[in-house]
Amino acid sequence: MSSLFPHRHLTGIHGLQPHEILFLLDEAEQWIALNRTTSKHDDRLSGLTLINAFFENSTRTLLSFEIAGKRLGADVVNMAVGQSSVKKGETLIDTAVTLNAMRADMIVIRHQSSGAVQLIADKVDCPVLNAGDGRHEHPTQALLDALTIRRRKGGIAGLTVAICGDILHSRVARSNILALTALGAEVRVVAPPTLMPAAIERLGALPFSNFDAGLDGADVVMMLRLQNERMDGAYLPSPREFHALYGLTPERLERAAPDALVMHPGPMNRGVEITSNVADHPTRSAITEQVEMGVAVRMACLDVLTRKRRGVEGWA
Amino acid sequence: MSGSLAILNARIVDPLAGTVTTGGVLVRDRHIAAVGSFEVPADVETIDARGMHLAPGLVDLGIFAIDMPAFAAGGITRAVLMPDQSPPLDHAALVQRAAAAGKPDVWIHPLAAATKGLAGRELAEIGLMQAGGACGVATGREWIADAGMMRRVLGYAGSLDLLVISHAEDGGLTAGAVATEGEYATRMGLAAAPAVAEAMAVARDLMLVEDTGARLHFRQLSTARAFSLVREAKRRGLPVTCGVSPAHLLLSEIAVSGFRTFARLSPPLRCEDDRRAALAALADGTIDLICSSHDPQGPEAKRLPFADAEPGMSGAETLLTLSLSLVRDGVMTLPRLIELLSTAPARLLGLPGGSLAVGAEADLLLFDPEQPWRIDSDHMASRAGNTPFDGLPVQGKVLRTIKGGVALS
Repeated sequence: MSSLFPHRHLTGIHGLQPHEILFLLDEAEQWIALNRTTSKHDDRLSGLTLINAFFENSTRTLLSFEIAGKRLGADVVNMAVGQSSVKKGETLIDTAVTLNAMRADMIVIRHQSSGAVQLIADKVDCPVLNAGDGRHEHPTQALLDALTIRRRKGGIAGLTVAICGDILHSRVARSNILALTALGAEVRVVAPPTLMPAAIERLGALPFSNFDAGLDGADVVMMLRLQNERMDGAYLPSPREFHALYGLTPERLERAAPDALVMHPGPMNRGVEITSNVADHPTRSAITEQVEMGVAVRMACLDVLTRKRRGVEGWA
Repeated sequence: MSGSLAILNARIVDPLAGTVTTGGVLVRDRHIAAVGSFEVPADVETIDARGMHLAPGLVDLGIFAIDMPAFAAGGITRAVLMPDQSPPLDHAALVQRAAAAGKPDVWIHPLAAATKGLAGRELAEIGLMQAGGACGVATGREWIADAGMMRRVLGYAGSLDLLVISHAEDGGLTAGAVATEGEYATRMGLAAAPAVAEAMAVARDLMLVEDTGARLHFRQLSTARAFSLVREAKRRGLPVTCGVSPAHLLLSEIAVSGFRTFARLSPPLRCEDDRRAALAALADGTIDLICSSHDPQGPEAKRLPFADAEPGMSGAETLLTLSLSLVRDGVMTLPRLIELLSTAPARLLGLPGGSLAVGAEADLLLFDPEQPWRIDSDHMASRAGNTPFDGLPVQGKVLRTIKGGVALS
């Protein structure tokens, strides 16, 4: 296995060296270019079977992985397991064993339980890619965010990135904190105390409960999606109060650096964590670009993780 | 003659005298007839201990499953069963059946459910269960959230002179949590509860003890603040005691890294400061006993994503082995350790056992405190091998477990 990326699976940003993260970002660049041509096709994964096993509902991420696999020529099979049908873990191991027996060449997994992807990775022979497990990690989201920032800002080291919203329940926040701090950014996390995880500073992030203070001078403002079920009084009094205290409006954005970039992993709750005029801002918002980078980053991950299996020189 | 035996050339660990002396034990009719040096009767089978250690059999307070092979392998001659069975032990007939389950080998001493179905809402028939053989009353795996209910449990059980055994974690804080709050739970994205949940439960229950005068035992404590509260309560003379498991003395939250479900325990593994506080509380006498909290869980309950897995560890057969490291580390003497593992729990619940006095039941344990071996979850006597100590090289092994003069292993 090449020393450029000596990992069998991609279960998280945790465990990756900064140069390995940069390697994946560099690899993604070529796919951005390809995706902008009309043919958009490469055959390097031809004959390989990619299974997208999504135990938690998802439209965008599933679609992004499907497109990424198809553009590289893989046979893509989607296994969408609704939240209600398969929930028990015994079935999870059984499913892993079943997918393995079908000789998948790569399995992409999303699951509602933290650590579930690692559990499957330990049971199968092929590379496993984490597409989000509980509130643990969502590594390709962090990679696509890093790529977006790098392309828009020319680099990541030295930038101040404010990640705002429901940090407690967010795998996007965890993966981004790990990736962006590894690449030299100063990461702030902004959340009401009820949605701030304990000891978050031990991960290298600077916690803020005041939105304005957290935004002050930030080069990148990354808003997180607030799940509807968090707004029913247990964590937050109401959507409108959250919007008043933590919603990103044009006025609020003034606190950030003059050329601050606005990001959101989607899907957005317009009018709650972010207003439409910020989300749709022609120059400040990078939200649609994030989606584009997502496909490229996932193509890079699928390519790199299957190199050993495909016998690519220097990787076998 | 059945139940007669002479064990010779042993290193006798006497927890009451606090001594380790060379000698033997003579068992006649399931009871200890002589200790030290004595004339061996001609009709008695003899065991040459060859210098191995001999101690009273262990009394394990608060096991969740009747697991005879594990108890025999762990030197446990009496096991105090939690009411968290299926169905819960909230009826005299169920208690009676459980009490008979282990005889004549390891004796099972059931605890009565404090409330019907362990739901924490209505008093169970504690008096009838006492008559059926219950040696105490327990709240089960959960804390009783309703302070009024807990007060009535304490008052009622107290009037019957029964010890109440409580699980100390404030349910409002621990709802949905699978780990202790801190860096590790945050890194892994696990739902976590603050460690103070334990101290809050202890604080409330201590006030109720003060109010009712009933005896209360916290089955397992794990945090510095809870130990401080108990230490202070004891100083004031309250009838309160607490236990700890070897896991909480030897492991911290780091053990759950990599989503190791074998390390998912209740209470959860805590931070390093709490672990050190547990050792200090053990050394200064705040902690009254060590228990295994034996809870074997098969792969169907453990080979799951961390949050979906059941808490609990299979601990009976490693109870003595792991605890022996406390002696080697100088936390306590060997007789004191045996007191914590045998004499103290027996005394607390008014059970026979925990003694090498002439006339006591011959519940004995032969062990080698030095023998090296490796804990292997795939090869355990227990019904399930869910131990967070899997793969650990350890020292000290149980060689024979003798109940009423009859060798079980």
